[in-house]
Amino acid sequence: MKARVFITLKNGVLDPQGKAIHHALEGLGFSSVNDVRAGKMIELDLADGTPDSDIEDMCRKLLANTVIENFRIERLANA
Amino acid sequence: MNSAVIVFPGSNCDRDLAVALEQVTGRKPAMVWHKEAELPEGVDFIGVPGGFSYGDYLRSGAMAARSPVMRAVVDAAGRGVPVIGICNGFQVLTEAGLLPGALMRNARLSFVCRNVRLRVENSQSLFTAQYDAGEEIVFPVAHHDGNYQADEATLDRLEGDGRVAFRYLDEVNGSGRRIAGILNDAGNVLGLMPHPERVIEPAHGGTDGRRLFEGLLETVAA
Repeated sequence: MKARVFITLKNGVLDPQGKAIHHALEGLGFSSVNDVRAGKMIELDLADGTPDSDIEDMCRKLLANTVIENFRIERLANA
Repeated sequence: MNSAVIVFPGSNCDRDLAVALEQVTGRKPAMVWHKEAELPEGVDFIGVPGGFSYGDYLRSGAMAARSPVMRAVVDAAGRGVPVIGICNGFQVLTEAGLLPGALMRNARLSFVCRNVRLRVENSQSLFTAQYDAGEEIVFPVAHHDGNYQADEATLDRLEGDGRVAFRYLDEVNGSGRRIAGILNDAGNVLGLMPHPERVIEPAHGGTDGRRLFEGLLETVAA
């Protein structure tokens, strides 16, 4: 089974990379963009039956830095 | 003083730190590879050097903070052994939970590599006893992720408890309250982005960093 972990900066944490992407989009003429926040996605290939609590543990202990980042876990059906 | 310098794959200031420590203490530090689960017996000072441990994968310092040797470093810090984390070492110490907050991408996104002016905010610590309170010094910085961030309550606590050791005099990387270096609650762990080990002899273009190691030697040897 597979799961995806989405890691995003917490609200209020300055995101210089998102800002730079925003400026670049504006430079390309995309004037409709109000804001950009950059994050990352990590795909995990897991043993069948791995409980959610284990994935959450992985996020807290390594995948996300909870001082500045939030995480969201998405299990992939039939993957 | 028996010092140890931790070496991760991708560390690149480990030798600079070792040279600084040997010059000041007269003894070569033990170079401890990240896979070691224990520190050499009798170590009374630990340096976590700058560089790009594990290629900055995931987040700067994230992988290094979970390496076997860091468990030993956290234990030693808990026993009161002085620990300094410089640049990537500072990032490793925050990721390991020895210091609060996080070091994010520089506010202007660019790698900053130059001398910066700092103010010594706390001259009473193990690491800063040979500086005067409010003294202005110059250390070089060389980093991409030096933007120190913590929530307002944490920043207030750091300020109130005198745990801001060094502050940038000018805007460098977007750090909250221009913080350049902080101490842990007990005062035996210092993390800072600027490089004191790169300014210890006149040929370096400055000697402001030397007193940090001399002060440490005096305290640890006493």
